[in-house]
Amino acid sequence: MPPAATDEKKPTAETPAVPMVNVQIDGQWYQFPKGTRMIEACRQVGKDVPHYCYHPKLTSPGNCRMCLVEMGMPPRLAPGQEPEKDGEGHQPIQWIPRPAIACANTVAENMGIRTDSELTRGCRHGVMELLLINHPLDCPICDQAGECRLQEFSVEHGTGGSRFREQKVKKPKNVDIGPRIRLDDERCIMCSRCVRFTDEIADDPVLGFTERGSHTVLAVHPGHELANNYSLNTVDICPVGALTSNDFRFQMRVWFLKETKSICTDCGRGCNTLIGSREGRVYRQTPRENNDVNSAWMCDHGRLNFHYLDSELRLSAPLVKDEGVHKESTWPKAIQRAATALKAHGGSEIAVVVSSRMTNEELFMAKRLIDTLGAEHVATVPRAGEPDAYLIAADKNPNTQGARLILGLEGDLAAGLDSVRRGVADGRIKAVVTLQEDLLTPEAGFDAQTLDGLEALVVLHLLANPTAQMASVVLPGAGFAEKRGSMINVTGRLQRLNKATEPFGQSLDDWEILRDLIQAIGGGNGIYLIEDVFKQLAAGVEEFEGLTLSKIGDLGVPLIETGETVPLLERERERIAKGQIVG
Amino acid sequence: MSEPTYKAGKQPHANEYRLIFRNIDREGWDTSIDTYLNEGGYGELKKALGMEPGQVTNEVKASGLRGRGGAGFPTGVKWTFIPPNNTKPVYLICNADESEPGTFKDRYILHQDPHQLLEGLIIACFAVGAHLAYIYIREEFPEAAQIVEKAISEAKAKGFLGKDIQGSGFDLEVYVHRGAGAYICGEETGLIESLEGKRPYPRIKPPYFPAAMGLYMCPTIVNNVETLCHVKHIVKMGGEEYAKLGTPRNTGTRILCVSGDVRKPGYFEVEVGKITMGQLINDMCGGLKEGRKIKAVIPGGSSAKVLRGDEKYTIGKGDDAKELSLLEIPMDFDTLMACGSMAGSGGVIVIDDSRSISWVLNNINNFYAHESCGQCTPCREGSLWMKKISDRIVAGTASPEDVDTLDSVARNIDGRTICAFGEACSWPTESFVAKFRDELTADTKADLSGTLLNPESKLAAAHLKSQQEAQKTEAKPVAV
Ligand SMILES: Cc1cc2nc3c(=O)[nH]c(=O)nc-3n(C[C@H](O)[C@H](O)[C@H](O)COP(=O)(O)O)c2cc1C
Ligand code: SF4
Ligand code: SF4
Ligand code: SF4
Ligand code: FES
Repeated sequence: MPPAATDEKKPTAETPAVPMVNVQIDGQWYQFPKGTRMIEACRQVGKDVPHYCYHPKLTSPGNCRMCLVEMGMPPRLAPGQEPEKDGEGHQPIQWIPRPAIACANTVAENMGIRTDSELTRGCRHGVMELLLINHPLDCPICDQAGECRLQEFSVEHGTGGSRFREQKVKKPKNVDIGPRIRLDDERCIMCSRCVRFTDEIADDPVLGFTERGSHTVLAVHPGHELANNYSLNTVDICPVGALTSNDFRFQMRVWFLKETKSICTDCGRGCNTLIGSREGRVYRQTPRENNDVNSAWMCDHGRLNFHYLDSELRLSAPLVKDEGVHKESTWPKAIQRAATALKAHGGSEIAVVVSSRMTNEELFMAKRLIDTLGAEHVATVPRAGEPDAYLIAADKNPNTQGARLILGLEGDLAAGLDSVRRGVADGRIKAVVTLQEDLLTPEAGFDAQTLDGLEALVVLHLLANPTAQMASVVLPGAGFAEKRGSMINVTGRLQRLNKATEPFGQSLDDWEILRDLIQAIGGGNGIYLIEDVFKQLAAGVEEFEGLTLSKIGDLGVPLIETGETVPLLERERERIAKGQIVG
Repeated sequence: MSEPTYKAGKQPHANEYRLIFRNIDREGWDTSIDTYLNEGGYGELKKALGMEPGQVTNEVKASGLRGRGGAGFPTGVKWTFIPPNNTKPVYLICNADESEPGTFKDRYILHQDPHQLLEGLIIACFAVGAHLAYIYIREEFPEAAQIVEKAISEAKAKGFLGKDIQGSGFDLEVYVHRGAGAYICGEETGLIESLEGKRPYPRIKPPYFPAAMGLYMCPTIVNNVETLCHVKHIVKMGGEEYAKLGTPRNTGTRILCVSGDVRKPGYFEVEVGKITMGQLINDMCGGLKEGRKIKAVIPGGSSAKVLRGDEKYTIGKGDDAKELSLLEIPMDFDTLMACGSMAGSGGVIVIDDSRSISWVLNNINNFYAHESCGQCTPCREGSLWMKKISDRIVAGTASPEDVDTLDSVARNIDGRTICAFGEACSWPTESFVAKFRDELTADTKADLSGTLLNPESKLAAAHLKSQQEAQKTEAKPVAV
């Protein structure tokens, strides 16, 4: 619907109004902006048109022919002839015997589309039959089964049987085309989505077709491999089981996976994801479309960086060190031990190192802890890296913005960390709490000798690590897939993580651990639910005012201005403006 | 200019009208520019350069010239499709990919009269405002490429190409580009992709109409070799005068290439629509071989729909309606279309009663299955399926139902593909089944119905049967 003329709050300098055209879809008249693709117009009114090659983020070659529909236009008028119109001002539609592809053609004034006519159905039957005659039909051993468009459209639009009496074309199977992906050429339906992705989005045009006709095969260019850091997106957009992920294939049937909407925490971009899990285990992450963050893509590194969640290093119970030996303990005992150790020091002797990989809620509880302890030394571990021209942010921490805002950190974060390091080295700092940071990494830059001089070292982490090894108390925390909470990405967008699996073993959600620790140090704090944390955060930090976890929604909300832009989105917008893609 | 004399056995038939092929197989003729200039060559170019470009286009429009590459689209009209507010460079491409089976006219022009082509091409470029042109020559014409390259350098040396042609201020460069052996490169958008260095995957139209979004997304005019040659003669004669050749809406001359079962196959340049199929076959080609009867004719290259020898064709409507036998059909665009086929590329393939229709169809299906570019589903999968079915019809391992399947596969391709190759590969099957179903069916065996002939489908069928039987036995105990 066009915006109402009286709506004065709308900024007037927006894009010039696109004229609307009247289009009849399955007998009903609708209005769409001129230039809308037929397939999108149909979708908007609930008439999904089946398609394989069309992808709104890529150019439209129109090669699969699955989206053919019956189309009509008003009759051609003789010069001077008045158009005949019905009561609503529409002209009669002259249906054209030749079907049109809905993916690449745009709507026009007085156009008619039939998504369910005999002609349209006949086209779909025909295309489905032709797609299947040379297909191996190895669904029982195919990883795509269950989320395969060929299967889905066969059921919906196919004929149920085959008239094919010939030998099928044989093609290469199980082809190694790169470090993370495998190709089955017999399953490929030559939709060219993967080819277009590598060419148009990843600027790495290593895929292409060779041979001709029915013998056409997808191949990687000789001497090259599909190895770019966005390669696994091709597996997502491949409508069939031709491209499969080495990491995921044969691990789990997709229909068993529970899907949880979350975000990637591998860098400050916070690509929106779906976490696929079953029975407490994460099997895969796939990108979830968010046109303010990651479009429909994510990088391979982030996608695959979840296996540590069930690695051998995972801490499964709280540990307390007695006479130099770590022993499994209970939560109340471990918390008590930590509280006691910390209470023995004055604020000027305590440093808290808080990870910018923690959620806002966890950071808020960390801030509470800092205040309760009166700790005068607070730092995070900055992680500056190389950005790329697509999605990867220079900031390798997912929530630096949150850490700054909630912990009140200003200026150079590295200098803050450096001052804690020096304090520990010169003995001014006698107790350290480190939250989800291993201090003995090159990034954190502490050394074992100086840490050894501490009187108290309390570690909250999810993995066993050298710092935990030295700690008097080790509190096992949760991984990103195990928690609900929020983070602020590099562009200042507040986004939500959701819990796909329960924390490993006896480990707990970090905010709960912190709540209990604060309680043990300073008494009751009235926090029982993550929502309570957020409520207090909203009350305490100005930027969060009026928000709740549920108000953040699946796609997040802009929270602060950082001036950062997303290179991949900039390019996407250019392409949309040029009409190359729908977007 | 002397009246040309021709090499022994190459004299034009009295029915011919030699405009384009005036110099083909001519005594004392060669491809050098001097020979060409001796006969007044490049005179029309000079004339055109003295006109306004739009005026040249108007003459071509007035001439009624229709493209000789296959589709028969009016050339002058095509030239005006370049967007009027265009600011990008305009390109012109000469389509010398001549690959449609049965067609061999462009080859003669390239081999024997390259300057005629160049002159027509330069005039066309001047008319449409192109300063860069390509001649796309199929790989199988290596000698033609050399000849045309030589002609280009000669023309350049004489100031007919390059900067400021003949002091007119008009610049033009022409390059030869050689194909790599694919029929689909003759399809204009496939050609353009190929020229851009990519696989010749035809583009969807809309939006990629070459005249607006062609080579490098710039306005591009693609014309056939013969079409461009006609432009020279239109400038010479004037559009109106040219339009007096041939018949209304089907003006000028065109070269028909006759192959197959006639005594004297070859090329014949005739006024469009002025001679009939019968005159062509019986008078000009010396008729059929001893004791043979005509079974069928494919009139416009192998993709044109077949016409049956003993059929009656009704053309015109109402009082004007006429019934024609095959041999009475005048060889023009509109009549052949009205008869259910097309003038296409001018390749007339004659089939006599010694031929097996199944074999002919299979031969055509083989070609198209081999040449499908494989980009879009119906043509990619359907062209090979049709070939495999017709393989079996020829081998005697098909059943009558296979003929029905064959026909329905063709209909699932026709009208549903990216480019006109879809029609090119399905029309033969559609028309052969429509007109010769009896013969095709006679080559099948009724007792093969439902029989599976290859190990793969046998395996699949055996599996299906065992499953069905398992279901039956499972179902038994339920019976009370
Ligand atoms: C499959 C296919 C093959 C074609 N091959 C040729 C060819 O070899 N030569 C040619 O001139 N036109 C060929 N055409 C026609 C061209 O697409 C185009 O229409 C023609 O070159 C335009 O020139 P004209 O207007 O002068 O005829 C082919 C078309 C199709 C669909
Ligand atoms: S790609 Fe789809 S249809 Fe093909 S084998 Fe895999 S699941 Fe089955
Ligand atoms: S591999 Fe998949 S995405 Fe690529 S062309 Fe084949 S079917 Fe399409
Ligand atoms: S119709 Fe055939 S030749 Fe044309 S684009 Fe489709 S597959 Fe290629
Ligand atoms: S979606 Fe493939 S042709 Fe339209």
